[in-house]
Amino acid sequence: MFSLETITNSIQQWLYSTFNPTMALILECAIVMLLVIGLFAVLGLVLVLMERKVAARMQIRLGPNRVGPRGMLQTAADTLKLMMKEGLTPDGADKFLFNLAPFIVMIAAMLIMAPIAFAKGFQIWDINIGVLYVSAVSSVSVIGILMAGWASNNKYSLLGAMRSGAQIVSYELSAGLSIISIVVLAGSLQVSDIIASQQTGWWLFRGHIPALIAFVIFIIAVTAETNRAPFDLAEAESELTAGFHTEYSGMRFALFFLAEYINIFIVCAIGATLFLGGWMPLHIGNWDDFNRIMDYIPSSLWFLGKTFCLIFLIMWFRWTFPRLRVDQLLSLEWKYLLPISMFNLLLITLIAIMGWHF
Amino acid sequence: MTKDELKEHITQFQPKAVFEETGEWLNVQVETGDWKPVAHWLRNGVLQMDYLFCLTCIHWPTAGKTPAAGNTADEGSGGIFMMVYHFTSTVFRHVLVVKVKLTSDHPEIETVSDIWRTAEFHEREVFDLFGVRFLHHPDLRRLVLTDDFEGHPLRKDFEDPVNMIKL
Amino acid sequence: MYRETQILNSNTIAPTTARDLAMDEAGAGLVINVGPQHPATHGVLHLVITLEGETIKKIEPHLGYIHRSIEKMCESLSYRQFIYVTSRMDYLSAHINNHGCVLCVEKGLQLEIPPRAQVIRVLMDELTRIASHELWWGAMAMDLGAFTPFFYAFRERETINDIMEETCGTRLTMNYMVPGGVMYDIHPNFQRRVKDFIQLFNSKIDEYDDLVTGNIIFQNRTKGIGVLSREDAISFGCTGPVGRASGVACDIRKLYPYEVYDKVNFDEIIETAGDSYARYLVRIKELRQSVRIIEQLIDNIPEGDFQAKTKAVLKLPKGEFYSRVETARGELGVYIVSEGGTTPYRIKFRSPGFSNLSALDHMSRGCKIGDLMAIMGTLDLVIPDIDR
Repeated sequence: MFSLETITNSIQQWLYSTFNPTMALILECAIVMLLVIGLFAVLGLVLVLMERKVAARMQIRLGPNRVGPRGMLQTAADTLKLMMKEGLTPDGADKFLFNLAPFIVMIAAMLIMAPIAFAKGFQIWDINIGVLYVSAVSSVSVIGILMAGWASNNKYSLLGAMRSGAQIVSYELSAGLSIISIVVLAGSLQVSDIIASQQTGWWLFRGHIPALIAFVIFIIAVTAETNRAPFDLAEAESELTAGFHTEYSGMRFALFFLAEYINIFIVCAIGATLFLGGWMPLHIGNWDDFNRIMDYIPSSLWFLGKTFCLIFLIMWFRWTFPRLRVDQLLSLEWKYLLPISMFNLLLITLIAIMGWHF
Repeated sequence: MTKDELKEHITQFQPKAVFEETGEWLNVQVETGDWKPVAHWLRNGVLQMDYLFCLTCIHWPTAGKTPAAGNTADEGSGGIFMMVYHFTSTVFRHVLVVKVKLTSDHPEIETVSDIWRTAEFHEREVFDLFGVRFLHHPDLRRLVLTDDFEGHPLRKDFEDPVNMIKL
Repeated sequence: MYRETQILNSNTIAPTTARDLAMDEAGAGLVINVGPQHPATHGVLHLVITLEGETIKKIEPHLGYIHRSIEKMCESLSYRQFIYVTSRMDYLSAHINNHGCVLCVEKGLQLEIPPRAQVIRVLMDELTRIASHELWWGAMAMDLGAFTPFFYAFRERETINDIMEETCGTRLTMNYMVPGGVMYDIHPNFQRRVKDFIQLFNSKIDEYDDLVTGNIIFQNRTKGIGVLSREDAISFGCTGPVGRASGVACDIRKLYPYEVYDKVNFDEIIETAGDSYARYLVRIKELRQSVRIIEQLIDNIPEGDFQAKTKAVLKLPKGEFYSRVETARGELGVYIVSEGGTTPYRIKFRSPGFSNLSALDHMSRGCKIGDLMAIMGTLDLVIPDIDR
């Protein structure tokens, strides 16, 4: 059967048989970098188009439909436009930090790509603390946002950055606790192990109601962490014009924009990996025929399908809900989500110790 | 309350008040100096005029030719400003129009923004467009025009050769 | 005494550098400009806001970015012409502005309006009110971060605009009212299309409730925010839905009925909470009342003239005339001082937005920036109406 694993393996064998090991490793790194950057570009285009189409559907509009077939090239044209635009730097800005900030946000997003398993055996780096690595690196992007807000020398940006800082730091706790619940169930921090532990069923179903609660909290928390509506206070359009990226233009703005969508993809990929079995096909108990049919669907499709379902969910939130106020946002986290997820973690630990899960 | 009852109450408090009844509502004219106590009484007295729904000013540059202004006294050469206050009471629903005559040379009057808070903005507007000064106003600055604007456009003798076309 | 004017451009506009100000004036608060170009002000309102953290300490509105001195312009326009300028004041309820003006002129001329014209005017007023409230609903939801309602609101508003276009010839600044009646008779399709619209609209109001009113985030954002007590509402001269949400019975259509408002059944919506949510509810409920008025009148448009006979050149007798109408935003007063000529000697528009705005500072002290958007959204400010 067609699999990405065989392709990657044969490339690796060919590299190692043709070049010496150091050279092969360097070449491999180069290929991976190119792939990641390519994936970034493609994902950015696809997700922005998807967002616009989803938004249009929800708002009884048509959405982009002029550039290319059914408007598919719209985002490519937009990117071209953004590249042509002048990247302005405000007069009083801290030029170094101002220019650095978008790259930090972008690099943080790129780094999280490493442990994500896109398909069976198709993973950049199966590090043994994969999940921990993800939650650690994803915190770095807040530094970029704070930097952007501070360096712009604009009050809206500053307020947006401060909001963003408070928000991301708070919601990381809930997201982390939800991730830990699954780690407790799976018994490993390694992404491949977590996926393998869902061979017989996804944790969302196997972990009873506590896993469901953890999933809901996870989705809420990552929506907040990626600064998406209804938690988009950092860029709250009607309050702070564009929040931390008010002063950015051209390609630097595009990097922030792209990083936002990449972050959505990444958190949804993590969600799919932890709760929905990553690339693991849907298996139901001992319905062998059903399971065999499911196995015929390539693992990469499973992964992307699950991820895009979650992305759709997050887009759905954005186009239906009003925005929260900043104090409500923080009290939601500290007064409701955090205590609930702590208690939930206890329950899940109990389930894991007693072996009550399916 | 009918017009006659209104008149009776006002005459009791302010015997000098001049009435005019041709319009839809009862018009009262009071002296500039009497205005503040009258305003206090209108708000807190028996009439309960708690809602000031219109505050404006009319400029009569050539007083003497304007009987509508009800001028009897001798004004300065610059004509008069007529402050017009429209009051109503949310309790009794009667409407009263109070007019205060100011001379063009010294257009000054006591503010009523401490009695009716809506007056604060309306008085700033009148100050801006007519140049009437409101004494003891908390924040008397131009409202709609830039602070370095010269002249007061709603005065009849305002000339702007650039933006105004003579018809 | 009074403070001499400061130079606006140098002293009162907040400096734009955040870091300098945040460090230098620690304790004095952070001053930010909202407007004149800002997504939340829906126009060119300029608010200078003093903040402490995210909490608002003071708001100072700076007006005049769209000041055209309509009152001065009207002094050189005839009694037929000046009505059209007023469409540009509160452009969302252009019909009702025109209505106030023609009522005032008719008061001076002591004209008798044909019953057909009266009913058409009221129908148009109520359609305008619905259209205005629709736009407010969409824009307010957008201020609070929900984008979708805006498009839902525009879907129905578009139908009204089509009806207007068919009868009046224009979609926004209709200029349909003339002294003595209306400019043209209604289009033959008018009644049918209005009835279609009403049928459609009745089901859509429920959709609005589903989408926004019941939303928990929306309720948290608006309940208890920007409370205006009854006394303050009267003192600030707040009228329309803003006044009624604070419990002031200030609907001119009920208090001083004009045209056929005393012959139709409708309720004056009064809430007592005085917060943003109450203002929201008043407007949403007013939509249903407007529909009720239209339903009663649409089948009962009397036959006859749509315009009374008037002279070509109108001359108002010497005197003062005042008319009050209820626009979508509150009480509009038109005050004409006539010297007996063909043009008004002095004209004053008491616009509802102007008084409602003056309460903004009072309402939003101590609130967060996010609350300010809820408050401004429910005040329903139209800037050309404030500046004139």
